[in-house]
Amino acid sequence: MNSSSRFSDQRGFAVWIYVVTLIALGVAAYVALVFYQNIVDRKAEAKQDVFRVVEVSDQTIDPAIWGKNYPRQYDSYKRTVDTERTNHGGSEAFQHLDKDPVWRRIFAGYAFGVDYREERGHAYMLLDQKETERVTKFKQPGACLQCHASTLNLYINEGLKAGVPPGKSNWEAQIQKGFEVVCKMPYVEAAKLVEHPVSCIDCHDAENMNLRVNRPGFLNGIRALAKSDYPTPHLPSIERWRKDGRKGQYEPNTDATRQELRSMVCAQCHVEYYFKGEGKLVTYPWDKGLKVEQIEAYYNEVGHNDWKHKETGAGVLKAQHPEFEMWSQGIHARSGVSCADCHMPYVREGAIKVSNHHVRSPLLNVAQACQTCHRVSEKEITARALLVQDRNAALLTRAEQALLGLIDAIVAAQKAGATDAQLKAARDFQRQAQWRLDFVAAENSMGFHAPQEAARILAEAIDYARQGELAVARDTKAPVLAATP
Amino acid sequence: MTLRKHPLLLLAIVALFGVVAGLCTYTFTYAQGFSYFSNDPQACMNCHIMREQFDGWQKSPHHAVASCNDCHTPHSFIPKYLSKAENGFWHSKGFTLQDFHEPIMIRQKNVAVLQQNCVACHEQIVDGINTHPGDPKKMLDCLHCHREVGHGPIR
Repeated sequence: MNSSSRFSDQRGFAVWIYVVTLIALGVAAYVALVFYQNIVDRKAEAKQDVFRVVEVSDQTIDPAIWGKNYPRQYDSYKRTVDTERTNHGGSEAFQHLDKDPVWRRIFAGYAFGVDYREERGHAYMLLDQKETERVTKFKQPGACLQCHASTLNLYINEGLKAGVPPGKSNWEAQIQKGFEVVCKMPYVEAAKLVEHPVSCIDCHDAENMNLRVNRPGFLNGIRALAKSDYPTPHLPSIERWRKDGRKGQYEPNTDATRQELRSMVCAQCHVEYYFKGEGKLVTYPWDKGLKVEQIEAYYNEVGHNDWKHKETGAGVLKAQHPEFEMWSQGIHARSGVSCADCHMPYVREGAIKVSNHHVRSPLLNVAQACQTCHRVSEKEITARALLVQDRNAALLTRAEQALLGLIDAIVAAQKAGATDAQLKAARDFQRQAQWRLDFVAAENSMGFHAPQEAARILAEAIDYARQGELAVARDTKAPVLAATP
Repeated sequence: MTLRKHPLLLLAIVALFGVVAGLCTYTFTYAQGFSYFSNDPQACMNCHIMREQFDGWQKSPHHAVASCNDCHTPHSFIPKYLSKAENGFWHSKGFTLQDFHEPIMIRQKNVAVLQQNCVACHEQIVDGINTHPGDPKKMLDCLHCHREVGHGPIR
């Protein structure tokens, strides 16, 4: 009995060894196949990342159609609907006028004094423009649409209608003509002709996916800049064009490198502009250069005022969103870093590298946006960026207060009966101070795109505002007192 | 003794061993497993993650004198293959499960290997300096200043 029980024990043990070995080998075979399949997938990804299932052309506006060929890019593009706040900005449509009521006074008499909401993501650009009180309560031209809708096709079609010959060789002539037609239309009319916010076609050539700029405002602006002597070390193709004898026109689409185009496609819209003349042509004031005082000099030369300040009567300027201009003054531009490097950094999906089309603040994606170059911890990078922005915000507040001081001084002098002649110098100072303050405030980086330049501009704003206050005191002094020995 | 009583079961296990060995060998070959025993920089690009590093290296000052392994693995035989095995494991795990940090960053342990290799070649110039490789508090990191030698200038 004893020996037979030992025998059955041994037998039971042996069976278990078989079972365990079988299971282990089965699992091993399974894992080897799963691993094999994974490697097959990665290898396939590496060989082909684009599979054209539909044909896209210059006439394909709907990004969903492009998305069938480029699903990865399209997926991230769609994420621009996301709403997220950063310390100083983000993509939530908060009302600046409520957050900082000083701006109600600074913009007194202008559409921005009624509605100044923070921009949301790209996906909302057309909707938000249709809804802003600056458009619903004020009469605006079709010019606004250049940068709030996918208008390339509209321009081409309107250009063809206006008699520009068809064909690829007349591509730009069609765009420029259509642009002229649409800019002077009433906004409400023009808005009926578009349906999509910025789409694939606005930055990419449908034939080969190359980056391509097509907004007439930008094409004209960058050519004017190229013709000037403003140094552009951050845009070497312009310097090269100048060195080669400035033949014909600077052509960003053929002259610029891909890396430059990775900024230029953004600079089609993220810039300072004004509507020129009766035709309301969107014009980038770069004839003299990209710096705040060069743009101001251009506006002074053409005699442009955005509006007359309601409280002080000064002819003042509104800065738009001069991100390209400010970036151009900074260390990142100088080091050859493009907009897309930080705002659309490369991401990996398996073995495929794609640029993230969820355009947003790098502060929301520090690892991919910054760490490719800056090999320190995310926490450290974020802390450094916030330090720059907090300093800028502090200077900005001081400049706002200085400008309010000047506005108060002019208003008080007006009440006391000061003449226009007496207030001319002070109003000129207000124009200068306000332009500089707004240039930094309207720019979407809270100084980060060029911290030193932003600080310089704000220092000038503060100085001009205080000089203006001195001018009020000096110029409105009673002549009797002045004559007293 | 018991196996003799169950010849079919024995056969099944032996056969399964063969199948598993075959599958593993095939997967290993398909994945160019043998290339990882070589010094060929192309091997480091098999998984496509290192493409930027490879491209940068080709344009860097060191591309004519040092390949990936010359800087990134110890020079003597056993530590070299131990290092390959360890890093290979982490790389395979990361790439298979797609759970690695982007952008990829060198680990402190491998920074020490790099430092030793800088010194190994440039000994004649730097032997007066004790660079404390491997001691993060004391290490005088060559790459802190000479960051561009391996992979070229950073954008």
